[in-house]
Amino acid sequence: MSRRTAAILLTAVLAAGTAGCGATGGSGSGARVLTVFAAASLKAPFTALAQSFEASHPGTRVSLSFAGSSDLATQLGQGAPADVFASADPANMAKVTGAGLAEGSPRNFATNTLTIAVPPANPAGITSFADLARPGTRVVVCARQVPCGAAAVAVEGKTGMRLAPVSEESAVTDVLGKVASGEADAGLVYVTDVLGAAGKVKGVPFPEAASAVNTYPIAALRGGREKNLAQAFLDEVTGAEGQKVLADAGFGRP
Amino acid sequence: MTFTLDAVVADRGLDVSLTLGVGETVAILGPNGAGKSTLLSVIAGLVRPDAGTAALDGRPLFHLDGGRTVWTPPHRRGTALLAQEALLFPHLTALDNVAFGPRSAGAGRAAARDAAARWLAEVEATDLAGRRPGELSGGQAQRVAVARALAADPGLLLLDEPMAALDVHAAPLLRRLLKRVLTGRRAIIVTHDVLDAYMLADTVVVLEAGRIVEQGPTREVLTRPRSRFAAGLAGLNLIPGTVTAAGLLPDQAGEGPGGSGAQSSPVTELAGRHEDTPIPGQAGVAAFPPSAVSVFPDQPHGSPRNAFAVTVTDLEPHGDQIRVRAGDLAADITPAASADLSLAPGVRAYFVVKAAAVAIYPA
Amino acid sequence: MAALAVVAAAFILLPLAAVVARVDWPNFLPLVTSDASLTALGLSLRTAAASTVVCILLGVPLALVLARGEFPGQRLLRSFVLLPLVLPPVVGGIALLYTFGRQGLLGRGLEVAGIQIAFSTTAVVLAQTFVALPFLVVSLEGALRAGGQRYEAVAATLGARPGTVLRRVTLPLVLPGLASGAVLSFARSLGEFGATLTFAGSLQGITRTLPLEIYLQRETDADAAVALSLLLVAVAVIVVGVSYRGPGTPSAAPSRTPNAEPAEATR
Repeated sequence: MSRRTAAILLTAVLAAGTAGCGATGGSGSGARVLTVFAAASLKAPFTALAQSFEASHPGTRVSLSFAGSSDLATQLGQGAPADVFASADPANMAKVTGAGLAEGSPRNFATNTLTIAVPPANPAGITSFADLARPGTRVVVCARQVPCGAAAVAVEGKTGMRLAPVSEESAVTDVLGKVASGEADAGLVYVTDVLGAAGKVKGVPFPEAASAVNTYPIAALRGGREKNLAQAFLDEVTGAEGQKVLADAGFGRP
Repeated sequence: MTFTLDAVVADRGLDVSLTLGVGETVAILGPNGAGKSTLLSVIAGLVRPDAGTAALDGRPLFHLDGGRTVWTPPHRRGTALLAQEALLFPHLTALDNVAFGPRSAGAGRAAARDAAARWLAEVEATDLAGRRPGELSGGQAQRVAVARALAADPGLLLLDEPMAALDVHAAPLLRRLLKRVLTGRRAIIVTHDVLDAYMLADTVVVLEAGRIVEQGPTREVLTRPRSRFAAGLAGLNLIPGTVTAAGLLPDQAGEGPGGSGAQSSPVTELAGRHEDTPIPGQAGVAAFPPSAVSVFPDQPHGSPRNAFAVTVTDLEPHGDQIRVRAGDLAADITPAASADLSLAPGVRAYFVVKAAAVAIYPA
Repeated sequence: MAALAVVAAAFILLPLAAVVARVDWPNFLPLVTSDASLTALGLSLRTAAASTVVCILLGVPLALVLARGEFPGQRLLRSFVLLPLVLPPVVGGIALLYTFGRQGLLGRGLEVAGIQIAFSTTAVVLAQTFVALPFLVVSLEGALRAGGQRYEAVAATLGARPGTVLRRVTLPLVLPGLASGAVLSFARSLGEFGATLTFAGSLQGITRTLPLEIYLQRETDADAAVALSLLLVAVAVIVVGVSYRGPGTPSAAPSRTPNAEPAEATR
């Protein structure tokens, strides 16, 4: 490769890199930035809440980062700068509080319940949790290492019914994908995931889900710069406005 | 039982007719790019000509001149090809390389190896049998390649400058070997070296720009060249023209004797001895060796001499002589004479040759 | 130039060193010899070996056609064959899903015939083959182009029919290229993640290969993930190091070595 080509490539790579940084980390001059790390399942309600928060707090910008709760907890443990952490389960919040990174104790702000997701046509005719154990039914669940999988295991324990899944995925999105594409007859996901999938899958609620309700905690972070804004954001999420947005997205009250 | 070929390869400008008798070896001579290798590829079946027909001992190799098209693939032609580089299969020993042809013809492993051993002995390479091509010198590899080609029992052996990639020590050895094994064998050898033609070939074909410009028995072509190229190989000055009663009137064509590089005098009739009874008015050539040419600073006087006013283009050592080049003409003189004349490129001089040294014969 | 080379080398080696540094050494053995880890490793080795065999079976004819054939659309075909090299593996997984999946182009027919590919080990092999095949084709086609055609011509004039030429000349000549292509394919298969995750799913012993196991372990047990990462790196280094011969070593284009010319002269 010629020096010139190398230089052009290097420039292009650097330009792309800095552009990426600008998109996430850049701030308008003087604007205060509140950085929120939130579980991926919170994307829709938190995006809406961030907008109303910016409206009620002029001069403030909310920077949202969505990922799996364990990813976010790991990043925070490595020193990622954030003001607020909203986890999809107490376990990952415990990692953060255990490391002494949280400011005060976490507040539970939402719950999520498992439901059965089936393809819109429901080819296997799934109507109950018991149907999932029928031989020949291809069920996809989350692996027990992730919150939705842990919840599924809890339901199995309570009902005494053992599922024989064809796949144990690492993320809810992978379960949804396999159901939506028709590869799987059914999957165990959260109520909010079915709502978020916008018709790609159909939800089949089952009463046994009540035995494994997942609680979402939120906490301000010790390393954050915007302590006051962080508390204000927590208040908004746990307040009437926040609870309404969360309920619209399918979340339950803690 | 002959080999006959008519072939046209349009995009390479090749248009050739050729016939070989049983046991005849022909040398193809010609400048670079004349189409010599293309000709071999056509015969071997590696290049498909646009038109033509060819047969070997009554079996058609190809027939592309209308009617039923015939195209015999290379492996069914019996025309083994030996190239400049030995191209021994690097993963096989010398013995297995030689056994490749017999094996391909259906011989069993043992029988093929026996045959291979015989051919290796024939090329005096028995001691190389177990070696890999990577462990052979260029000359050794080419000897094994000769054995490999012969072991395939080809009806026509094709050799494409087999000595060209060898050094000065290896080439003579291989040439002697080829002389022995080609005797009585039908072969076509492409070469740049007049020595190959003399030693290995019964007849010579001179190819220029894809066409045969001269062919005949080797000795005749090389002592009576009619083409510039053959004359160059034979080491003769050659002037084409029209035969006259007493000599030859050189062609004008913008390039008289002395060629483009030399300012020659107005074309005048050349004096010489007629050979092979040329008829006045027919096309002929005048040929004379550089050693018969003297160089003078001024126009010489005196009787039966031919003089060319020339401009020297080049000087080079030639044995213990100096070869003075002036365009297409050459003169060999002693270094002392060269010094006396202060010859250098650009110097004007006269090339003079006695009529008795000039052979004039039909073109 | 040298400084940039050092940066480039460090760029690759440093993260590997960082993994080594992060390993919880006292617990390394228990971590990598857990049932789940060994099952995943075994599955990875088995599926990578299988997909390498499939790559050879399918890749050799394809490379031959690309290197030796002359037909319209050849360049286009080559570009498409190389596509999996540049596609994000997830895209490959989605494409495979719509081909071999239950509702897929071929999958629907297979389903009727009673063959289910999704969520099976076969799906893992398919995903790995999809991403690894270009490696084999590219390195083999390069070897085929680098040498051989003149040897093939000589072999033909010696009376060898095309099948014999392929078996006795072409394939032996490109064997080093084929070997390095196969090793690259194996290594790529071993590291396959995205297409497998999207297309095959993740179930211990059936479809959860080592990369998927690492991804999953990372959710709960970072130490286990790091230990398994190191295991995968070690396996890859062993495979590539043992069998991959770099461009400096003799390969498909055999040099005609006119060495030891004096030996000839003294004869």
